[in-house]
Amino acid sequence: MFYREAGQFKTSYVADQQIFPIAQDRIGMLLILVLAFLVVPAVFSEYWIKAILIPFLIFSLAALGLNILTGYAGQLSLGSAAFMAVGAFASYNFMLRIDGLPILVAFVFGGLSAAAIGIAFGLPSLRIKGFYLAVATLAAQFFIVWALTKFGWFSNYSSSGVITAQEIQIFGFRFLSPESKYLLVLTIVALLALAAKNMVRSSVGRAWMAVRDMDVAAEVIGIRIMHTKLLAFAVSSFYCGVAGALYAYAYIGTVEPEGFNLDLSFKILFMIIIGGVGSIVGAFLGAAFIVLLPIALDVMVQEWLHGILPPSISSNLQLIVFGGLIIFFLIVEPHGLARLWQIAKEKLRLWPFPH
Amino acid sequence: MMKMSKTLTHTLIAAGLLGSVAADALAQANEQFIGLPSYRVGAYAAGGSGIYGGWIDYMSLVNERDGGINGVKLTWEECETEYNNARGVECYERMKKKGSTGNTVFQPLSTGITYSVLDKVAADKIPMVTIGYGRTDAADGRVFPWVFPMITTYWSQATTMVKYIGSKEGGPDKLKGKKIAYLYHDSAFGKEGIAVLEKQAQKYGFTFVPLAVAHPGNEQQSQWLKIRQEKPDWVILWGWGVMNPTALKAAAKTGFPREKMVGVWWSGAEEDTIPAGDAAKGYTAAGFNVAGQNFPVVKAIQDKVYKANKGNMEDKSRVGSIYYNRGVVHGIITVEAIRTAQAKFGKKPLSGEEMRWGLEHLNIDAKRLKELGAEGFMPDMKITCSDHEGSGKVKYQQWDGRQWKSASDWIDADSEMVRPMIEESAAKYAKEKNITPRDCSKEG
Repeated sequence: MFYREAGQFKTSYVADQQIFPIAQDRIGMLLILVLAFLVVPAVFSEYWIKAILIPFLIFSLAALGLNILTGYAGQLSLGSAAFMAVGAFASYNFMLRIDGLPILVAFVFGGLSAAAIGIAFGLPSLRIKGFYLAVATLAAQFFIVWALTKFGWFSNYSSSGVITAQEIQIFGFRFLSPESKYLLVLTIVALLALAAKNMVRSSVGRAWMAVRDMDVAAEVIGIRIMHTKLLAFAVSSFYCGVAGALYAYAYIGTVEPEGFNLDLSFKILFMIIIGGVGSIVGAFLGAAFIVLLPIALDVMVQEWLHGILPPSISSNLQLIVFGGLIIFFLIVEPHGLARLWQIAKEKLRLWPFPH
Repeated sequence: MMKMSKTLTHTLIAAGLLGSVAADALAQANEQFIGLPSYRVGAYAAGGSGIYGGWIDYMSLVNERDGGINGVKLTWEECETEYNNARGVECYERMKKKGSTGNTVFQPLSTGITYSVLDKVAADKIPMVTIGYGRTDAADGRVFPWVFPMITTYWSQATTMVKYIGSKEGGPDKLKGKKIAYLYHDSAFGKEGIAVLEKQAQKYGFTFVPLAVAHPGNEQQSQWLKIRQEKPDWVILWGWGVMNPTALKAAAKTGFPREKMVGVWWSGAEEDTIPAGDAAKGYTAAGFNVAGQNFPVVKAIQDKVYKANKGNMEDKSRVGSIYYNRGVVHGIITVEAIRTAQAKFGKKPLSGEEMRWGLEHLNIDAKRLKELGAEGFMPDMKITCSDHEGSGKVKYQQWDGRQWKSASDWIDADSEMVRPMIEESAAKYAKEKNITPRDCSKEG
């Protein structure tokens, strides 16, 4: 009843090309942004901001990066965590070795370093496809973590191979409180998500999708395969790199290369599979599912089942329920939560008079 | 019958819930909350369930037998970390403010999580205790006032290994010209031993051959081929998880005597040797606690906790195993630190700051160990403002095919070598982070 576009006429190209052509969507997005920027920092507790929302945003950004590569350009990758590691370690080294470098520039440099490495490991994609490419990116995962552990220079010769992120300072303002860190992360994620949305709507994104759907046909209609694929690797790795830098600087503080292991890469891949392959909102939904659900389950088990079940069973129960829910959602909607959301929107347009 | 038992269980559950709610409200004021970031699933569940199980059982014992610590009951809650850094941070934040005074002490049992919350514990004023893992240079309490890598560190352990090998060779001077291979897990954990052992090699004149094993360690053929070529006199096994039984089996296949293999304390539990079967017989490993049920403290847990059906372990045969007893050590240290702090601040629930004072003035001497029924169970220890390690002692135990048997006395670490290294590394960290080390002569 409320969600319908009757009476909304597009009278100009600008109106036709906007991200949210329906007024209700624009209002909804605005509300979400107002909520996230103004209400959340004022209302939510430190625990929510530090332990739930910041990691949720960071993993959303990483999932967004992978979704550009896998969802839009169709190149399967298992190296997302490694590119996050590159971003984190590169930002750290830029900050350490260049005096007075602004932190945001260090984040960008960290992202660019990840992009450069991403291009290098994307080269095999010009020859191999699908699962074989996944194995090639697996090499990136293992090689990068190995190199960061092996060569002490990356961690400034710390005896245990860990880096401790420097303090975040922008124009003299020190980002110490969780709220300020949250706002910084939120701003970066929102800007990059906007950029991603526009990229996939533009010729770049259309080229990616053409390559994804059939690369020979794409080549025939004049899309440069090498350029397109490597650009997808670069952009995707850039996003993962920035996510990694934020992970180190705004979330964990002290990170070790081992923290960016294959498990994390799989997790990011699961995020886009569950959230929706080839969808911007899907990256956020998937990250919410993978990051928040296990925590919610653990809290529930601790609150309700404490003392009733032996602890080892309650811990395993969480994994069983989590796995069960993943299977449930994939059966109900193989195209992910984003598709469910889309179906809901289509139904809402007709509601309450579907006929 | 079926129906009746179901109704009965429901009633019991409801009664239990009501009871616990009522008790909560009454007792909240006089309880000390301890958050347990445990892991009972995943690759390291064997260690997690054993250690947290032993720890919980010891706290149950203190509650059941003594009615808490000077009347202050211990309460705890578990939070599943899955040994994952992000989940560990979430658990840390979730438990930070629980209980009447917040989380008393954080002990994640994971070096990764230790690093992840290192800055946070100082900001939130919650002490972190890392027994036998974590950041070695945190033993310098002047730079790391909130972190306590207690009893012993990887570096101390490495020096005791050389001492132990020396004693088996007939004296430290006999190490000259010997060859020691170092089979290590290729990670931050595995590399911890290298720098110290290289220095020890110079000091005693043995040849040091490091051999890296890629994670997870179930593929060691080339490393053992190398060992066959190099013919080392001893092999130090610095591994964990599946790497340990694999190494023992490979040694048996290569024909390397297991008596000449010495493991780190994360390579020396029943979970490491039993899967290797007969291949593990004769293998020796380090430990800062011993296995066995014949200690008054373990017997008391069986009497008071398990007889009352309040034990945490589902597999009761694991009571007295290496990991379980290590958990009891965690419990003893936590409880004794609370007791120490109560002596200064009064018999009430303590804040993190008061707990930190208690940990820093913890003194568990031989007499106290005897009173606790833990004589020979763990080494005596004394923490000071500058020394957050407090003991450095390690004991070696040999696997006889069925159980761990003592193979040495408590061996002191070569602190003359280790301490300057700790201070150097801590000073570097302090410089990087702009920390001014505390002046310990001014601390009360």
